[in-house]
Amino acid sequence: MKSSNRGRWLALLCLLPFALFFIAFQIAPLAWVALNSLNSPEGWGLANYSKVFGSRFYLQAIKHSLQIAFWSSLIGIVVAVIGSYSLHRVDSKLRDFVMAFSNMTSNFAGVPLAFAFIILLGFNGALTILLKQAGVIEDFNLYSKTGLIVLYTYFQIPLGVLLLYPAFDALREDWRESAALLGASPWQFWRHIGLPVLTPALLGTFVILLANALGAYATVYALTTGNFNVMTIRIAAMVAGDIALNPNLASALAMVLVGLMALITVVHQWLLKRSYHVAR
Amino acid sequence: MSRAESGRGGLYHRVVVWLLFLILLLPLAGTLLYSLSTSWSATILPDGLTLKWYLALWSDTRFLTAFGQSLLVCFGALALSVVLILPLLFVVNYHFPRLDALMNILILLPFAVPPVVSSVGLLQVYGSGPLAMVGTPWILIGCYFTVALPFMYRAITNNLQAINLRDLMDAAQLLGASTWKAAFLVVLPNLRNGLMVSLFLSFSFLFGEFVFANLLVGTRYETLQVYLNNMRNSSGHFNSALVISYFFFVLLFTWAANRLNKDKA
Repeated sequence: MKSSNRGRWLALLCLLPFALFFIAFQIAPLAWVALNSLNSPEGWGLANYSKVFGSRFYLQAIKHSLQIAFWSSLIGIVVAVIGSYSLHRVDSKLRDFVMAFSNMTSNFAGVPLAFAFIILLGFNGALTILLKQAGVIEDFNLYSKTGLIVLYTYFQIPLGVLLLYPAFDALREDWRESAALLGASPWQFWRHIGLPVLTPALLGTFVILLANALGAYATVYALTTGNFNVMTIRIAAMVAGDIALNPNLASALAMVLVGLMALITVVHQWLLKRSYHVAR
Repeated sequence: MSRAESGRGGLYHRVVVWLLFLILLLPLAGTLLYSLSTSWSATILPDGLTLKWYLALWSDTRFLTAFGQSLLVCFGALALSVVLILPLLFVVNYHFPRLDALMNILILLPFAVPPVVSSVGLLQVYGSGPLAMVGTPWILIGCYFTVALPFMYRAITNNLQAINLRDLMDAAQLLGASTWKAAFLVVLPNLRNGLMVSLFLSFSFLFGEFVFANLLVGTRYETLQVYLNNMRNSSGHFNSALVISYFFFVLLFTWAANRLNKDKA
């Protein structure tokens, strides 16, 4: 018994380096942010938060963040659903090729993606000129909210496909055949069988896409040199910008973002418990 | 539902899949074409093709330095992650299986806390004092360990569950191996594939990390992404060559991971 006890202590000792690094680089910075969001020149309290929620500028940043996250996630998931379903129904050679390509493009985000989009859809972008000449669009401003939604949607699609593709395994082919034999139209099949089975996976994926878009910084920073008003840009500007350094206010805005992310994570975990994985 | 179809329904699905592919390909193809063109403005296709932007890029010492520094930071972070995560996984799975539930909550943190938020704290905690690491590659190595953690933990856990750790350890010990020997000579080789796949994939997203690198270190130890961002005012053709070179490198690593994954199956 004694030697096995020693083994357990040694085992615990092996966990120590991990714990130290995890605390130093994950827990401590977060704790600092949480603590200092409550600290302001007027003393301890909620002054920073009331400043954030009392300022039209910061409220606009929160609104922009939520709008861009919502629309890019929604468009992204619609494309991903249509795409993943079709991926399930083409021959495996084409499927493997497109899946592999989609996995690779999921790493194509941030600064390089912003550059690619400037070349393609900027004021003199090849696609902008093409669409203008074809008379499809009057003008396209990549550096606007619409432009950012398009850009975000691009990096949401591969992630959506990656997460949704396995969910379609839960839809069995014989259900569709049985439904058809019993006289259901394709629309009725999706309305009463397909979508209800997929719902937890759809919501779960949507929630991850939301979190992904809310936390995004590199893409929007590289595209607009930090001039577009979203939460991540504001937070970074208050700790590393040239003007208006205010780490305490940055902490408060950061905690609002963390709160949103925490809400999203909780919803995701709850959906995960109800999803098709567990049912099997 | 993975049955290939022929006829009209099949055609629809093929068209959708090709469209998806085209949407994903478009920005890359545009950048590739731009990086190979002599000049391209106000027309739909470029005027002529050239390799001079790639030559200019690959003979730029600042680029090569940034590239090398990115590699160093990524490899350093991955080495640290392996050293920290492997013992953790072994101990959790072999000695304290109940810790797994706690770990599953902890590894959500790097997902749920955006890098911008962590940076606010890191800048203050390590900006001065005995642990003043801001501006050095060391802080990046530490941060990148937390970025890679959730991913590596999940991938290797799946692998550990597949090899039946307890039976393997019991068998090795019955044959006279010590715990250390069994862990290193029996368990570790069995984990090689899962470990390699997760390392390749972690590398490709650490290589693309920008937020920590830009906010915590910036030009004091320029990584590839920070260099890319700082070059925004140079020629678009030059930048395109940079983007394509970067993507090609990531492609290589993702492809290697995919290959390994297939071998395993």
